[in-house]
Amino acid sequence: MFGESVRNLMAINALLALSVYLTLACGQLSLANAAFMGIGAYVGTVLTLQAGWPFWAVVLAAVLVPMVVAVIVGLPTLRLRGVFLAIATLGLGEVLRVIIINLGATGGAEGISQIPVKTQGWHLILALLVALYLTWRLRGSRMGYAFEAIREDETVARTLGINTTGYKLIAFVLSAALAGLAGVLKAHLLHAITPGDYGFVQAVDMLTFAVVGGSTIFFGPVLGAVLLTALPEVLRTDFLRDLTNLQAGWQTLMLNGVILLLVILFLPNGLTSLFTRQWRRPTPLASEQAGAEVVT
Amino acid sequence: MPDINWSQQILNGLFAGSAYALFAVGYTLIFGVLDILNLAHQAIYMLGAFCALVLVTGNVAGLGPLPGGVKLPFWLATILAMLVAGLLGIVLDRIAFAPLRGRPDTHFSGMISSIAMALIFEALATWFFLPQRSQFPLGTIPGGAITIGQGALSYSRLLVIVAALVLVVLLTALLRFTKLGKAIRAVAENPKAARLLGINVEAIYSFSFFLSSALGGAAGIFYGLAISRLDPTMGRTVELKGLAVIILGGMGSVPGAVLGGYLLGLTEVLSVALTNTSNYRDAIAFILLFLILVLRPSGLLGARRVREA
Repeated sequence: MFGESVRNLMAINALLALSVYLTLACGQLSLANAAFMGIGAYVGTVLTLQAGWPFWAVVLAAVLVPMVVAVIVGLPTLRLRGVFLAIATLGLGEVLRVIIINLGATGGAEGISQIPVKTQGWHLILALLVALYLTWRLRGSRMGYAFEAIREDETVARTLGINTTGYKLIAFVLSAALAGLAGVLKAHLLHAITPGDYGFVQAVDMLTFAVVGGSTIFFGPVLGAVLLTALPEVLRTDFLRDLTNLQAGWQTLMLNGVILLLVILFLPNGLTSLFTRQWRRPTPLASEQAGAEVVT
Repeated sequence: MPDINWSQQILNGLFAGSAYALFAVGYTLIFGVLDILNLAHQAIYMLGAFCALVLVTGNVAGLGPLPGGVKLPFWLATILAMLVAGLLGIVLDRIAFAPLRGRPDTHFSGMISSIAMALIFEALATWFFLPQRSQFPLGTIPGGAITIGQGALSYSRLLVIVAALVLVVLLTALLRFTKLGKAIRAVAENPKAARLLGINVEAIYSFSFFLSSALGGAAGIFYGLAISRLDPTMGRTVELKGLAVIILGGMGSVPGAVLGGYLLGLTEVLSVALTNTSNYRDAIAFILLFLILVLRPSGLLGARRVREA
């Protein structure tokens, strides 16, 4: 139905969406996934071009380095509850941009071009299948239940003896690994990278994939990524091109914003909640409702 | 050590710090009252600046001149733009936050819906005001400068410092000495008890958003004027700095936000002066933020324990 490049992009975006899902599943909002993607992309590209590493080693390094960074950022922020992870991770993207622009090896603000194409279609499929298998296995596992408990109520989870900081850190580090993987695969697919590719817009894009698809069930993010990657292609067909004119920049931003807003307001569990009713997140307990600041 | 003009550096730091403080008090007010992080605050900051620009020049870059050829003096444009920014804040609350109140995940979904609103505001600004850099016309305010010691401070930068002082003092007085301020503090403390006492909680929420956004808009106007640079993404860098500032000062604390703002401004300037390069200036905010999260997560003036989200 779609060309090969669009299908490849769908797979990469699905990986990114799963990476956001991992933290969302644990009730954490991380805005660093774009930064981890950038770290993966830059580490990979520099190793390929300047150290001449074989591709498998490059991919491995591009997965491991973001994980290390995630541990460093996650340890102080994840022992706290609430909005601190969102704030710290928002900052990480900015710091990454500053560092990349000022380092010699990274090509500064212009980025790096002429990266050899090493990513094959089957690499992407394999990566996606592995990621999907892992997130599927997560559901129903001890760790999966811990994530769910933390998402529903962190205080209760901790009272039950769940090591909340530890599990949140695991979710964050795994999510960094997936983002790094997507980053290095995309860099070796599209020839060129620039620091601007991994900023706020990319972070919000990934968040939108996960939220639109639904972050309470593992295939939701993939669905969201596939649909939203396809959307511009569909709108770009001859019939709609004149109506929408999506190339102009601000329209894309507007579309993303409106979709994200509508979904969070009217379909808080995403599109998947339309047909997975029996698996939906249970309605809040009476005690929880009493504790919430209900304002009508 | 390089030869440093200390009076100049301190003036630069006070200037940047005033802008950060003015931006951050709006953040911290909403966090204090509603316990939510409004990630669209940076977009309101940007729209406030553009609104004043439109009123001063009488022209909307992407659409054409205002009907009737209105051109206002800067002070009047600023007041009107602050009102518009405040009203936008109320709109933002009604669209992005009010429908989520009472949901168990309201903090979480509120952050996402405010990100969505930031995108929408930014898209609108790109449409109306075009993506490139704009600036206030020369002569919007007198171009001179005052000298203190060996440092010089242009009138536009002085205006940022004075405006921040005046607005923060007004806000503090409002919160501390008026009945309305008492109502805001009561709602911040406990919305349910406040309602039982006959306070219209929803109206207080709206008013808090109005205040916060009007101050955010003012920060955009004065800072945009001083650095002669307005563009639809101008809020993104200041957003991170504002967040660092409120964490530094203690979330929800107005004096903390002011203290944090000046600390960040001075630290940035000092780092530039000592390292002789401004390349890493924008990373300072993150480093401070990180340090304070490790050492004292409740912030310098944050009395309350770390809140649950």
